[in-house]
Amino acid sequence: MSETRDVILSTIRQSLRRGPIYGEARAALEERIRSHPRHLIPSRAGQPPAALIDLFIAKARAASTSVVEVSDRGEIPQAVMDYLANENLPARLVQAPGLHDLDWAAAPTVEVRMGAAEKADEASLSKGLAGVAETGTLLLVSGPENPTTLNFVPPTHLVVLFRNDVVPAYEDAWDLLRVNGTNPRSANFITGPSRTGDIEQKIQIGVHGPLRLHLILVGR
Amino acid sequence: MNHTSDRFIDNSRAALANPVLQAALANLKRGFPINRAEVVADLPEFEELRNVARDIKDHTLDHLDVYLEIYERNVRASGGKVHWARNAKEARDTIMRICRDAGARTVTKGKSMVVEEIGLNEALDASEIRRVETDLGEYIIQLRDEPPSHIIVPAVHVTKEEIGDAFREAHEGLDPTRALSEPADITAEARTRLREAYFSAEVGITGANFLVAESGSSIIVTNEGNGDLTQTLARTHVVVASLEKIVPTMEDAFAILRLLARSSTGQEFSVYTSVSNGPKRSDDLDGPKAYHVVLVDNGRSSMLGTNQQDMLRCIQCAACINHCPVYSAVGGHAYGWIYPGPMGAVLTPSLTNIAASAHLPNASTFCGQCEQVCPMKIPLIKMMRHHRNSAHQQGHGGKVSKFALFFWSYFAGRPALYRTLTGIGVGVLAALAIGRGRLKSLPLVGGWTANRDLPAPEGGTFLTRYRRGER
Repeated sequence: MSETRDVILSTIRQSLRRGPIYGEARAALEERIRSHPRHLIPSRAGQPPAALIDLFIAKARAASTSVVEVSDRGEIPQAVMDYLANENLPARLVQAPGLHDLDWAAAPTVEVRMGAAEKADEASLSKGLAGVAETGTLLLVSGPENPTTLNFVPPTHLVVLFRNDVVPAYEDAWDLLRVNGTNPRSANFITGPSRTGDIEQKIQIGVHGPLRLHLILVGR
Repeated sequence: MNHTSDRFIDNSRAALANPVLQAALANLKRGFPINRAEVVADLPEFEELRNVARDIKDHTLDHLDVYLEIYERNVRASGGKVHWARNAKEARDTIMRICRDAGARTVTKGKSMVVEEIGLNEALDASEIRRVETDLGEYIIQLRDEPPSHIIVPAVHVTKEEIGDAFREAHEGLDPTRALSEPADITAEARTRLREAYFSAEVGITGANFLVAESGSSIIVTNEGNGDLTQTLARTHVVVASLEKIVPTMEDAFAILRLLARSSTGQEFSVYTSVSNGPKRSDDLDGPKAYHVVLVDNGRSSMLGTNQQDMLRCIQCAACINHCPVYSAVGGHAYGWIYPGPMGAVLTPSLTNIAASAHLPNASTFCGQCEQVCPMKIPLIKMMRHHRNSAHQQGHGGKVSKFALFFWSYFAGRPALYRTLTGIGVGVLAALAIGRGRLKSLPLVGGWTANRDLPAPEGGTFLTRYRRGER
């Protein structure tokens, strides 16, 4: 196996008409990775914070994400209960362990289980690490606090996101992970519910992933 | 899959005479290009980003060995395994071995062109392992036992009635009179059927849109969420990717991602852009227990340093295909291998051989739309011209074109004779068309005059007019 690897690498070098890269030239490549310079960021991401939030919400809605705003985390359970009732969905969900301190006393009819999603789960609630204003995209990151299956298995996915976590561009969202120093198994950028155009180019919402993506934006 | 590029002309004739296919291709023309134009107009930086993206990939390809080494080191650091494959057979054998070692009875698959390229489907189908395609389009063509006809909408040639028929035949145990006439019915049935496969598969195979050297991550971009279910729910996740998918950093990936969906489906961003990094961590509640990457060369390392290197910038967005007048007339199957349209006309001869695919670089009007929309600024026209040259030099051109070129070069090498003959030709054509200025039919150019008139020459040949001082 390592022999195959060496054959491929040496073919690459032969084709490029050079030998292996050592010394300063190699260090420059390692440095490009270490400093990971940003490229051109679209100017739409450079707006003042209030305008960015508006852009984020408008772009999320344009991608068929439904959005509701609440003023603090105490209002989240009520918002969840209202959404499920409005959509005629059963008042049951599986919740990300990271949201364990939500007080469901305000929404007593909702049945809540904590953990990863299972085949039969009909709705999930997870927490977004960031919202990316430029395209209304959510970033969700795996870990014991936020299992990845919550994002994909149940047909209804509700996401809690704090207003302060809305950032201009994808690079800003990724920097939040870099600052944490974490290297999660999975990071999902999500822009709207699952869709397909595979049948005669007609867009269908909800093919394998969620049919509904509902964002609860928290904070004033 | 079978390579039938040598039958491009017959394939095209059949495609042009197929009304169902023609209706499907008309849908495609009305969809992606219009969406693309809208979202591109909404991003003033789009043109500048094309330059950025081209430069990122050029830098990466010039240092491909280094970035692959760094990538491999980081995959290992996150607990994954990297396998290298020089060709299709090595790639297939490696993947089959991983599947058997994982005790696979069912394998779910996300959409991946390189997996089609290496012929893994045939290998799986010849084994005891059940293969389940999870991308809706791929699932449809799996049921119909066909190859894809487009790189992002593989079942673009199939009507909803045909899909309904395929579902009725394949999905046993359901009411045979159930409604399957609308895309919504079909989508709902596919969702239910495939859910069972996601949860029972031992191995999930996906491609990768990007491999990121800095972190050893693989990135997939999808709209359906099938790739995510495939890679999250199976015990073993196998990523299959060709060498040129690598980028140094996440910043590099983001810059190109801003172009990908816009160029492809005309979305600002695809629904799911998912970054995967090794197997499940000790405290994770879900995710695969094993993570393998199979790096496939299959001819790409030999394209570096040649006039075909630029093609390795391709991110397989299909913009060139969606805007190609030839593709939209004949569809993807006519091209005879998995990569159709302008990108296929360049890539297929490079990855297979020019002898079997000499028609493909000729399957272009050289209108240049493909280059205009290519987010990676690949000089597709120039590269098709390179292939035409080598096909001719190796003697793979058609007899008619060979004779015509010989004939032309004989006279072009004798300028006095050439001028006399062209002068006569101009005079005869002008006389034939006298009073009308155009010709309704003419021997040898029936292909042109069948649908339109030939304008008659006016005022002598170029050289006589040039000499008269008209310039």
